[in-house]
Amino acid sequence: MIRFDNVTKAYPDGTVAVDRLSLEAPTGKITVLVGPSGCGKTTSMRMVNRLIEPTSGTITLGGQPVSGTDATELRRKIGYVIQHAGLFPHKNVADNVMALPRLLGLGRREARTRALELLERVGLGPQFADRYPWQLSGGQQQRVGVARALAADPPYLLMDEPFSAVDPVVRAQLQEEFLRLQREIGKTIVLVTHDIDEALKLGDQVAVLREGGRLAQAAAPAELLARPADAFVAGFVGRDRGYRALGFAGTGDGVIPAAEPAVVLGATRAEAEAAALDGWILVTAPGGEPVGWAALDRLDGDRVTEQDLNLSATTARTDGTLRELLDAALSSPSGRGVLVDAEGHLAGTVSPTAVARAIEEAASATAPAGATAGSVEPAAGSAAEAPAGSHL
Amino acid sequence: MTAAEWLRHNAGEIADLTAWHLWLSILPLLIGLLVALPLGRLAHRSRRLYPMLVALAGLVYTVPSLALFILLPKLLSTRILDPVNVVIALSVYTTALLVRVVADGLAAVPADVIQSAHAMGYRSHQRLIRIELPIAVPVIAAGLRVAAVSNVSIVSMAALLGVPQLGSLFTQGFQLHFFTPIVTGVVLSLVIALVLDGLILLAGHSLTPWQPRRSAR
Amino acid sequence: MSTSITGWLTDPVNWSGPDGIPAQTLAHLELSGMALAIALVIGVPVGLLIGHTGRGAFLVGGLANALRALPTLGVLMIAVLLITPHIASDLAFTIPSLIVLVLLAVPPILTNTYAGVFAVDAAAVDAARGMGWRGRDILLRVQLPCALPLILSGIRAAALQIIATATVAAYVSLGGLGRFLIDGLAQSDYAQMAGGAILVAALALAVELLLLGLARLLVSPGLTRRVSRRTSPPAVPASATATAQ
Repeated sequence: MIRFDNVTKAYPDGTVAVDRLSLEAPTGKITVLVGPSGCGKTTSMRMVNRLIEPTSGTITLGGQPVSGTDATELRRKIGYVIQHAGLFPHKNVADNVMALPRLLGLGRREARTRALELLERVGLGPQFADRYPWQLSGGQQQRVGVARALAADPPYLLMDEPFSAVDPVVRAQLQEEFLRLQREIGKTIVLVTHDIDEALKLGDQVAVLREGGRLAQAAAPAELLARPADAFVAGFVGRDRGYRALGFAGTGDGVIPAAEPAVVLGATRAEAEAAALDGWILVTAPGGEPVGWAALDRLDGDRVTEQDLNLSATTARTDGTLRELLDAALSSPSGRGVLVDAEGHLAGTVSPTAVARAIEEAASATAPAGATAGSVEPAAGSAAEAPAGSHL
Repeated sequence: MTAAEWLRHNAGEIADLTAWHLWLSILPLLIGLLVALPLGRLAHRSRRLYPMLVALAGLVYTVPSLALFILLPKLLSTRILDPVNVVIALSVYTTALLVRVVADGLAAVPADVIQSAHAMGYRSHQRLIRIELPIAVPVIAAGLRVAAVSNVSIVSMAALLGVPQLGSLFTQGFQLHFFTPIVTGVVLSLVIALVLDGLILLAGHSLTPWQPRRSAR
Repeated sequence: MSTSITGWLTDPVNWSGPDGIPAQTLAHLELSGMALAIALVIGVPVGLLIGHTGRGAFLVGGLANALRALPTLGVLMIAVLLITPHIASDLAFTIPSLIVLVLLAVPPILTNTYAGVFAVDAAAVDAARGMGWRGRDILLRVQLPCALPLILSGIRAAALQIIATATVAAYVSLGGLGRFLIDGLAQSDYAQMAGGAILVAALALAVELLLLGLARLLVSPGLTRRVSRRTSPPAVPASATATAQ
């Protein structure tokens, strides 16, 4: 656990970067510090590995105050990832990843083996090991940065805007992979971002800071959306928070999918007409995975081909969040949201009304007391933002 | 005497002078680099020292070489013919040139790289040796090339004082109104400069396999 | 024979007459000034042109490097031996020296002018063009003022190069402060040599400081703000203007 206890950072010129911050980042969870620029979020994080020394207050790491340990030794126990990765330009990828263990005396061969393992963990094949940083894309550099932070297997990880320097598509992908990775490694992570969507997506706990370095609210994402502590948090969390809150408001367990007839891609027009409801027919791949909707009156030949498919709809997993379910229902051209099971096979469809009913039930079932700092509920569903599952 | 005859007669002496010229050019280069590394690091680390050291280096560089060759014996109590004067004068020039180069080279190491190393738990000297200096190699090598070529050219000035090296061929030829020694000296001097320049370029490249290769400058 | 350097420097005898310190200083400055003027007339326009059009840049870079490697003393002597016999007047020694001095001074001026113009923020040039400025206006009102710091440092390098080399010119029977160095050597008069050396160094320093002051006056304050070192580019590669003395 990383614990901030009444921590203040003031500069000689009178600027207060962090003002009496008390916060716990629970073991094995992701705590996100978020806020506008100048709110002291990065300063707060950098005090953990003593890149900045607090003016007053204490920070403890697993019960040990950080000020009591040698700064260098402390840093070697804490992985660190920054915005532009900060890779060493003169070392190849494998040497970058293992720079610290090598510095501490690990043998070349062992280091190499371990580097390849770590690279695989972050989704980079062995062909990347001998490349130099300039030969990598921004997203790849960031993956190497994460691998490097994990090299000494530190229990703690600090991440400073780790996904901000890449384009939105790559960012979403990196975020997904990061969550998958964290499920495997379970580190205690403090992550800094200015992007509230990223905070809500990644954080088990989200700490919103305001200008002047004061903590406005620390809570699980659902709690933050449902019960912002004040107008600043409400404003910062932004519009659509009711809709976004559905991402944390429980699953569609209570929704019973209606049976949906479907045909396999390549079926004849007659087969499609026989099966269709309301003029729309759901088309699947031979394995049973939905691939798109086809409108009977627009079929362009004797068979259902890929040209006939309308791909506008998203799919939701049967155990997905209410937000996914609603999005699937709203985005479907037939008005029926497609549900798939864990294997991606068609499980049935759901109407917007059915989802709305489920939302009402979920709302009345939620206990009013929410998560506060220190007692964080596991976030429901990992994917709050981009509707999980594939686009049809 | 024809050019060919002169060359044949004096082959041994020419070889000696060339060796001296090489020695007098290279030794100060090494000394200058060794002195400039810590000084440059100092200048890089201190905001106050940097402008002072750079200004001082600029002033030192202003002193014409011939004047320095003449004044050093007084300061060092050496004889005026002593090659040590040349070595020290050129070491001073090389240092003056490289202090700024080293400081700027270190300053050009990206801030996020330094921050990473810092946060990973590199100690200050480990960071300097393993991260900052290797990354500064291209800049330092470029400065070293300039210093090397300048040194080779400046050494020949010492001929006016009688310190033997390729410049001695210039004074000989001038007194005899004979072109061959002068041209020989100029050509050999150019060749040495070219070879040194190329060697440093190659060494720089072999130390930086990580650099994107653009066309050589 | 003078006994000490200060003795030589303060002896009134050395401060008068056609071979005295003032006369030789003046001669040194005359030769240097003439060489610098000619080098400016050649170097600046050509540099501006290359920087503005971007043509011929590769040639300039290679030439400048090669010239830095040339041993000045040898080149000077070759020039004197080649040219002097063809000139009867007392310019017989001045002209070869002048040629060599100009030859050495043009490259730093030219490369720095070119590099300075070339390095001007492309956006500034683009903006000027977008506002409808003509090529000549852009060159004179945007590129030249922005390139001025680099051009002036090129001129400074050239001036120092000239002063140093003009000292050597005394060896080929020419006046100037180098006279004291060469004559002192010939007469084994160390005081005279060292005194001359001090005068040459002082002259070089004075010119350096003068030109630095001039740069401070001429360059727009918008350009001279001291950017933090971390963001300013390393000094050496393109603009290295070391004086091969």
